[in-house]
Amino acid sequence: MSQKDFVLSVEGLTVSFDGFKAVNDLSLYVDEGEIRVIIGPNGAGKTTVLDLICGRTASTSGSIKFRDKELTKMSEHQIVHAGVGRKFQNPSIYEDLSVFENLELSYPKGRSVFGALFFRRDQAVINQVHEIAEMIFLQDMLDKPAGLLSHGQKQWLEIGMLLIQEPDLLMLDEPVAGMSVAERRKTAELLKRITKGRSVIVIEHDMQFAEEIADRVTVLHQGQVLSEGSMERVQNDPKVIEVYLGH
Amino acid sequence: MNSLKQIFPKGDLIAFAILAVLLAVVFPLAMDVFRLNLVGKYLTYAFVALGLVLCWGYGGILSLGQGIFFGLGGYCMAMFLKLEASSPENTAIQSTPGIPDFMDWNQLTELPWFWEPFHSLSFTIIAVMLVPTVFAFFIGLAMFKRRVGGVYFAIITQAIAAILTILIIGQQGYTGGVNGITDLRTFLGWDIRTDSAKVILYFVNLVLLFTCLVIAQIIRKNKLGRILVAMRGREERVRFSGYDVANFKIFVFCIGALFAALGGAMFTLQVGFMSPTFVGIVPSIEMVILCAVGGRLSIFGAIYGALLVNFAKTSFSESFPELWLFAMGALFISVVLFFPNGLASVYQDHIVPRFKKRFKKQGKPVAVKPRVQTAKNQPNTTEKTDDVLTGGTL
Repeated sequence: MSQKDFVLSVEGLTVSFDGFKAVNDLSLYVDEGEIRVIIGPNGAGKTTVLDLICGRTASTSGSIKFRDKELTKMSEHQIVHAGVGRKFQNPSIYEDLSVFENLELSYPKGRSVFGALFFRRDQAVINQVHEIAEMIFLQDMLDKPAGLLSHGQKQWLEIGMLLIQEPDLLMLDEPVAGMSVAERRKTAELLKRITKGRSVIVIEHDMQFAEEIADRVTVLHQGQVLSEGSMERVQNDPKVIEVYLGH
Repeated sequence: MNSLKQIFPKGDLIAFAILAVLLAVVFPLAMDVFRLNLVGKYLTYAFVALGLVLCWGYGGILSLGQGIFFGLGGYCMAMFLKLEASSPENTAIQSTPGIPDFMDWNQLTELPWFWEPFHSLSFTIIAVMLVPTVFAFFIGLAMFKRRVGGVYFAIITQAIAAILTILIIGQQGYTGGVNGITDLRTFLGWDIRTDSAKVILYFVNLVLLFTCLVIAQIIRKNKLGRILVAMRGREERVRFSGYDVANFKIFVFCIGALFAALGGAMFTLQVGFMSPTFVGIVPSIEMVILCAVGGRLSIFGAIYGALLVNFAKTSFSESFPELWLFAMGALFISVVLFFPNGLASVYQDHIVPRFKKRFKKQGKPVAVKPRVQTAKNQPNTTEKTDDVLTGGTL
């Protein structure tokens, strides 16, 4: 496989917090259009890997290449502009603004100070917001303050805020955490729909959900890749079984 | 830019109108020149409070050093006025005529180089606006790009205010020291100490204040205002929506500084002097209190807050001068405890609903009465009933 086929290639990535290596010499390759699920026990470094990719945490060594861009040298907003979107574990939305405004702020236009000052809410923006709102099941909530949404709806709203950015690589940190069974089903359906034409990295604890959406699974353990491949292969890997059942 | 209707919704237009009538009609008619000049002085603080609404209320950036910018604006204006007051004829008795009196007392024999350009009014006006804004820009650049925020930022701004005060007091020969720059007389030959000048300056002040209000309103109602609100709660999310958060913080901090500077310049013109007592920590905190009392989320609240607190300060300190600071402290604590969003929130949460209720209550009885009477004289009252009913249900 040539280098070009990967949308994201992480090589030899290490981050050390006061000597503790949360991520240790990690290499990870994500194909164009792939849905990759990262699983692993608590403290395996899953969220840290996402933090490193999106620039929230600076790496100690190693490289992260997104298409041809080296992300380790870029700041958060530049990484976003390059086409990487990130959803946080706890729903991170603007509670004081309406659902419409939440989506509008994420629309990729008028991102500089003066761009924002002269930003016009034109028909294209309105249409796009309505389209996304429908996708994330919030079309009737547009005028409501986002703080009033339920937990599940907040998760959807954040996914919607990412979608409107039209990222090429979408990173979701536990998108179904704290959701009811019905919401979970809807979310799986939503994820399947939105992942068309883009690559996705999902961190997930819920095995059933992971199995439902994953193309490939990476198991992290103590900051390193323990196993990688299809869900079936990973589940039957003795190393994985030991880590998961060993304690 | 959005359409005018989006920027000025009906409720805000009414608020603008009420404020304009109060400040431009009621006060000038009801007050003598002395009191009106006092109101004008209070309103110069309203500029600062307005900037704080944007910085602190919207952007979540608490600056405890707005006195820096108020002072810089004020000093720029004072330097111009002082040079005009220090013409060689006026200062003939000095050992070096033609320089400000305090320089002469401090054995300076030459006008310092940085005073020279303040002979020009156009330079002064540009300096009033630019010096504080550029200073704010560099403070913002140094702090926000390094992601210094919250309490740390507040403390640093406070420290800068303290440093600037010490600098001004220490460099007596260049700044007038602890007395400040006093004995300002004319503005391009026009005596600013007369009653008519005070009235005119009051209105100039109002025009500037309303210009700033409109700018604040435009920022608030624009996408920029929404980004500020978003940033206040979820800075991280804003960053991951592709915004360079530091730039937005720098911008709003500069706007706050610019407003404060205009206030400072108008203060100098109306009060006739400028001194370090308006630069340091205490006035800077007082400015935050004005904003907090009025309501840090309301641009109109800031103006009323500045007026009310200063009215209280004047009347209170006239009778109990030593107690004022305690009263001020108590006021701040109680506002923060009981009305975290200031008087504006009291108005929004208690007065507006009551108004609406009363409006409904009044509507109903009147609407019911005619219905009883309709048996007696049908033609007239039915029309009235309809009117009142629609009025009542609105």
